[in-house]
Amino acid sequence: MMSKVRKKVKSIKIDLNKCNGCKACEVICSSFHATPKYSSNNPARARIRLTRDPIRDVFVPVYAGEYTSAECMGRDKYVIDGKEYDECGFCRASCPSRGFFKEPDSGLPLKCDMCEENDPGQEPLCVQWCLADALTYEEREEEVEEEVKLSDIERGLKSLVDKHGLQNLLDTVVRMSQKS
Amino acid sequence: MRYAETGYNLEIDLSRGNIEKVETDPKLTELHLGGLGTNAKILWDRVPADADPYSPENLLIFSAGLLGGTPAPGANRTIVSSFSPQTKLMAFSMMGGFFASELKHAGYDKIIIRGQSPSLVYLWINNNKVEIRDASHLQGKGTLETADIIRQELKEPNAQVASIGLAGENRVYFASIEQGKSSCSRQGMGGVMGDKRLKAIAVRGTKEINIARPAEFMEHCNDILKYVKFRSKNPLGMVEPIFEGLGAPQEMKLHDEKWHTTGFAWGNARTRRKDFWTEEVEKNWTETAEKTLERFLSCYNCPLSCGASVAYPGIPKYMMKCYSKLTYTMAAMSDLDFGYRINAKAQAYGVDGFTTPQSIAFAIELYEAGILTDKDLPGMPSDTEERFFWFLDKIAQREGIGDILANGTYWAAKQIGNGAEAYAHNNIKKHEQVPLKLGMLNPIYFLMYCTGEKIGINQIEGQFPQGPFPNREDREEFIKDWHHVPDEKFKQYFLDWNPRGENSNPYYPTVQMSCELVDWMERMHYIDDSLGMCAGLSSFPLKPAYHMHNYPEVISAAIGVDFDEDRLTKAARRNRTLVRAINNRRGLRRKDERPPEDHWRHRFPELETKLLDEYYKFRGFNNQGIPTKETLQALGLDYVAEDFEQRGIYDEQS
Repeated sequence: MMSKVRKKVKSIKIDLNKCNGCKACEVICSSFHATPKYSSNNPARARIRLTRDPIRDVFVPVYAGEYTSAECMGRDKYVIDGKEYDECGFCRASCPSRGFFKEPDSGLPLKCDMCEENDPGQEPLCVQWCLADALTYEEREEEVEEEVKLSDIERGLKSLVDKHGLQNLLDTVVRMSQKS
Repeated sequence: MRYAETGYNLEIDLSRGNIEKVETDPKLTELHLGGLGTNAKILWDRVPADADPYSPENLLIFSAGLLGGTPAPGANRTIVSSFSPQTKLMAFSMMGGFFASELKHAGYDKIIIRGQSPSLVYLWINNNKVEIRDASHLQGKGTLETADIIRQELKEPNAQVASIGLAGENRVYFASIEQGKSSCSRQGMGGVMGDKRLKAIAVRGTKEINIARPAEFMEHCNDILKYVKFRSKNPLGMVEPIFEGLGAPQEMKLHDEKWHTTGFAWGNARTRRKDFWTEEVEKNWTETAEKTLERFLSCYNCPLSCGASVAYPGIPKYMMKCYSKLTYTMAAMSDLDFGYRINAKAQAYGVDGFTTPQSIAFAIELYEAGILTDKDLPGMPSDTEERFFWFLDKIAQREGIGDILANGTYWAAKQIGNGAEAYAHNNIKKHEQVPLKLGMLNPIYFLMYCTGEKIGINQIEGQFPQGPFPNREDREEFIKDWHHVPDEKFKQYFLDWNPRGENSNPYYPTVQMSCELVDWMERMHYIDDSLGMCAGLSSFPLKPAYHMHNYPEVISAAIGVDFDEDRLTKAARRNRTLVRAINNRRGLRRKDERPPEDHWRHRFPELETKLLDEYYKFRGFNNQGIPTKETLQALGLDYVAEDFEQRGIYDEQS
């Protein structure tokens, strides 16, 4: 029986009309996530990406979301108020169809973490550095069904079961335990 | 590891098609910072004193500043240095935008271009991969269009492109290099690029820029942003709207143009229209601006939106910043609507927004005076606005009269003769100035106009108010939070400065005070130009975000080499002196250091002589404006002194 729990939902409101295209969000994001913190910066590994085209008047900051191993079957292209945006221009996925939201050296996916390791209660850094107020931070609580959370081991085993079948896996575990 | 800078320059020889990545000497950073400072060092070392600006031996350097591309807000300037076809002196034109940071992320502090390509090419820098590519298909293309085509053919929408238009290709003496909303407009850098047959540079970089003391550095960056926020909520008051905030003058946002339109000169920099700004004009111009401007735009990592995209019906969209919206308008005695229309074309050709309208207004005056006749101007329309478009085409194409005007008013007047020289009246060192004609000589401005190496007043002024405040109460209020002054004494200078009577221009500020004030202005600009910091957050506005007291800490934390105020001041002075020396070696002397004769109605020859005498002494220059041997040695520029001695520069009779 599932029970209801309260969950904190963090969101960033993005006002495209207010963006002045300065890319400070990319600068500070990459700087904050450097190790050690602020020791280097490189917008190419920022977890926010600004598509900036003054001639088409397209200014879209997008946050890095989940990694996906395969691209969608088709692509979308939005036209809003007569203005045509880039293909997949609003999608947050770190996706094989495009270059961004991947570490430039390793290719590993990047994902926005809302600067959670920052001091509690602080707004994400991109919001703090957006003096144009295109990015604003909002927090609210929602009541959600409690999920049954898989532990890390369960999650790992489940993928092995999917791949090799339960019996194979059991046999292997038994064999390994006998050897040791 | 090198911090803030990459430690590498890219050397491109266009004659041979050779490309090299060269490590730089970190000692030079400690001496010259970077940007303008290290550019000057390279030009001194490598360009012969008699090299023609339009020759393969001239260098064209694109440089990021020392802080360029770091999170320091506003550190986005590209400093382009070479020798100017117009002044024949060292040129250091600069642009904001997104080029310098991209270059740094690609792994280079500078691109140093020498030689001359046999055919039109462009440069593609993609991190470690650098190519010289054919650009024959881009010949004659507009600046923005060129950038667009290049990004498409490289399939790299994030590449930053600096390009020239037809004017640069045709080696117009005042051709610009354009990059999005930004441009290197002054002193003909686009012409030098065209002479090298280099249509554009595209750059994309995805590497790190490192910071030496991260936590400390970030604290300073946050303080800067906090101050910018504070200032945007608290305009200064007491001054004209244009001086109230930070940034480049907020020309795009500001509809109140009373200060420019009634204070600056119209036509060929001659006519003041003190009654021009009426309610009706304000209403019309506001309507024009509101229907035309689409979005306010920033440069890289800067919260101030000093530029805007211009969407004028029926004209390809472009971007604009600052004062060029008025230079054509006022030169043609027209209105704002005309300014927006002609700027689109001027920018596509890639020409300077100061010199171009002045050269055209100069030609129209010559025609009205009968010095140029219908024979010289076949096909010229009768309407003034149409004439401006016609001349603009001719100049960019270097066709007919345009071929003469394309060298600027000084050289054009010489070639036209027949009394034309008197019409090229608004130049310093052969370079057109802001169209400003005033009454009473201001001693600080006299010195800045005469001795500024950048040869443009807006590139050396700032920080200290342009004139005294009428009320003492306002002055007292103003100095209360004026912690930006490098020395407390400047507050007293300002407090005692009256609009008339005792302690007023031209004898107050005194000669000594004027030298000290100019030193302050110069110091800030030379620091900014070496760091790649936008003057709009530092040397230009009143009470800026960066100043003498916070800069040393920002720089030290970024680069990991400790700079205090004295060391930073000395570096600025070294750079200022080296630029002067480069120009001295090319012939600059005291006789060249004069404002336009008609800049002020009231002139004071004795005082002016004394001002120059004392300024030179203050700077450690001799009576000819040449740095003395002792000055050079104290700054570690012994090699300059030796060169001067070998050339006999110190033995000249003054």
